[in-house]
Amino acid sequence: MILDGKCPSGPLAQKWDKHRQDMKLVNPANKRKFRIIVVGTGLAGASAAATLGELGYNVDAFCYQDSSRRAHSIAAQGGINAAKNYPNDGDSIFRLFYDTIKGGDFRAREANVYRLAQVSNNIIDQCVAQGVPFARDYAGYLDNRSFGGAQVSRTFYARGQTGQQLLLGAYSALSRQVKAGTVKVHTRTEMLDLVVVDGEAKGITVRDLVTGQISSYAADAVCLCTGGYVNVYYLSTNAQGCSVTATYRAYKKGAFFANPCFTQIHPTCIPVSGEHQSKLTLMSESLRNDGRVWVPLKKGDKRPPHEIPENERDYYLERKYPSFGNLAPRDISSRAAKEACDDGRGVGPGGFGVYLDFADAIKRLGEDKIRERYGNLFEMYERITDENAYKQPMRIYPALHYAMGGLWVDYNLQSNIPGLFVLGEANFSDHGANRLGASALMQGLADGYFVIPYTIANYLAQTKPGKVTTDHPEFRKSQEDVSTQIKKLLSINGKRTPKEFHRELGKVMWEHVGMARSEQSLKKALHLIPEIREEFWKNVKVVGSGAELNQELERAGRIADFLEFGELLARDALNRNESCGGHFRVEYQMPDGEAKRDDENYSYVAAWEFKGLDSAPELHKEPLVFENVHLGIRSYK
Amino acid sequence: MNLNLYVWRQKGPNAPGKLEQLQAKNISPDMSFLEMLDEVNEDLVRNGKEPIAFDHDCREGICGTCSQVINGIPHGPQERTTVCQLHMRKFKDGDSIYIEPWRAKAFPLIKDLIVDRSALDRIIQAGGYTSCHTGGVPDGNAILIPKPDADTAMDAAECIGCGACVAACPNGSAMLFTSAKVSQLASLPQGRAEAAQRVCVMTEAMLNEGFGNCSNHYECQAACPKGIKVSFIAKLNREFLKAQIK
Repeated sequence: MILDGKCPSGPLAQKWDKHRQDMKLVNPANKRKFRIIVVGTGLAGASAAATLGELGYNVDAFCYQDSSRRAHSIAAQGGINAAKNYPNDGDSIFRLFYDTIKGGDFRAREANVYRLAQVSNNIIDQCVAQGVPFARDYAGYLDNRSFGGAQVSRTFYARGQTGQQLLLGAYSALSRQVKAGTVKVHTRTEMLDLVVVDGEAKGITVRDLVTGQISSYAADAVCLCTGGYVNVYYLSTNAQGCSVTATYRAYKKGAFFANPCFTQIHPTCIPVSGEHQSKLTLMSESLRNDGRVWVPLKKGDKRPPHEIPENERDYYLERKYPSFGNLAPRDISSRAAKEACDDGRGVGPGGFGVYLDFADAIKRLGEDKIRERYGNLFEMYERITDENAYKQPMRIYPALHYAMGGLWVDYNLQSNIPGLFVLGEANFSDHGANRLGASALMQGLADGYFVIPYTIANYLAQTKPGKVTTDHPEFRKSQEDVSTQIKKLLSINGKRTPKEFHRELGKVMWEHVGMARSEQSLKKALHLIPEIREEFWKNVKVVGSGAELNQELERAGRIADFLEFGELLARDALNRNESCGGHFRVEYQMPDGEAKRDDENYSYVAAWEFKGLDSAPELHKEPLVFENVHLGIRSYK
Repeated sequence: MNLNLYVWRQKGPNAPGKLEQLQAKNISPDMSFLEMLDEVNEDLVRNGKEPIAFDHDCREGICGTCSQVINGIPHGPQERTTVCQLHMRKFKDGDSIYIEPWRAKAFPLIKDLIVDRSALDRIIQAGGYTSCHTGGVPDGNAILIPKPDADTAMDAAECIGCGACVAACPNGSAMLFTSAKVSQLASLPQGRAEAAQRVCVMTEAMLNEGFGNCSNHYECQAACPKGIKVSFIAKLNREFLKAQIK
């Protein structure tokens, strides 16, 4: 099937305005007759739930955490982009649009990205009004910093905790609606199934993580705002609870999964310290504003960094990409670090690390200035590594960080299942094959505050409220399916813990579907993953019962989904015979090692349809049409 | 290294609880405290026993989910550090470590080390926001905010809502938590319009939830992993007084 993204016609800059005129509205008195489910309370979910509640809809919001304030958006450090052009350095909506399209290696939909750039400015205003304490200069104006992949300073920030502050802003707006009675937040509740009635999304089935009770909620529309899936790699910068479960189970109910192989490996994370490692910690990309990345020029140079003289250091990003230098985009910086380490020039235990050195910046600006900019990050680094980065360079290494892929959505953020909307990282639409820094926060809030309120109305206006209740047989069936799987997990009583399987899957994913993929490695992964899955269902040991708080059971359920999803990701990577953005196939590279895109054959969104576990998923394509940008070679040199 | 753990185990809110002795073996000093507990749990699971239930999520000290009293101190011995960021190099081989949940009237226990902190959400729901609508707000630079005010607001806004301040307080008071939000918004022009009402409703919600009052022990500040200062409690009191005499 050729998919249609349903982008409005007309000039790029007028599409969204025109579309807003064309869409239907729900009149204020009718809004309260509609019920909307929002799953996930991160930036996308909290902003959507708050805004929809404020408009007068009845909203049920769900999160697995004990409070809606804890979603993983909170961990974003560096900042949020907007095209305000406050510094007068040449920024514009078109430039933000262009940088994002180019940064995504020309694999995103033009119209979506342009809309994102358009509403970016409203987000900043909204957050300021909520009391988000963005950094300001001494005159009282908002301050900006620069970020990877851009030559303008358009990133707004709140120390190194921008995600936290934006999320708390959205959480406060949500809390206001809880008090107003328009939103009910169901905490410690995990979505385990999507309920589709007559082809439309009409509810979800959830497990109460405290009592273990399985129940269903019906609604007129469902919004999934459940984040990304990179915990399929076991080690990532995601929170422990982040999973693919909500989106994957929607996929199994018919929603198409788009571009799952577009995963982002973040260049500046703290290196792995041992087998016990449970997660990786990111050091904000903003550090690359002042830190210089280098490795020793000589292979196997074991001298401590301060004993290596300047002329024996390789500042490889500055050398390879003189115009962007240390601010080269994430995929490029990550691959360059891997190359240096593969070349035997890595530093630290095991040689899987490169230096991020602040010595020059400290000399130029003084330690106090650096402390003011990044103090909390330096502290965090010291807590984890026991090293003082003011005195010696940080050691960093790439780690899985973000999923550009996600459920397929059209311009209205609606999936191929009517009534199912997907927002934020959970959808695929805005970042193409690589996301630029400080754009995830922008997209989450754009979708929640400024896009979904319009587009969901257009859908609801064409439906009858309260059409389906949980008495419908589809809900009963959904609850039975969920209960059956839980019983099955508990009954296997094998020898290996769920975590052991997760770690094993992660190793396969990292090794064969990681930073450098090949036909051979992907085929290997496609062979290994089903084997692990088969063993999981024979030999996993899940203790405790389903009728109580049981964290092992929660984990096992999420890993069961990862064990299927990993295969889909590898399959997508194998299908895409090109290198672009975060997807690097070793067969497809330029003579100098840069990614080699194939616009003629792969300028499309790959959207996969579930066809049963024993059959291959079906590939649907949405051709990407570029009317406003020239598909250039993405050069940062 | 090997450690001797005494961990609070309690099946449910109404079940009796006790400290259970467990061994943590072959622990690397580079492990985080939670990774040490992961290892203990993996051992328990392999032996068919129920693992220790504990809250955790981001494991980078920002989400505020992790919540354990270690050797009598919320979040353990390292200053300005959440449990998830505490590393085993802070302990010695052969140490005994006591691990307990947050204990406060307003935080009913759910299981083992997990407590219900929804009372903190309800304090925010009472008024911890500016009542702005989505859309229709002025340009971000339309109202200038002096840098010191923005910095003060940010200092207060760093609160991660973990509840360590409550667990540390002999009165089980949520004064530091509440004052941080009150102070953040009261320091900004956007929050001033509702400042008087906000401080009153949030304080009332705090008392209704069963949190105690502040009697200036400053244990909260010592336990706070984000370094939120008790001077914000003074600011809350000042705001409260101003609201009363208006």
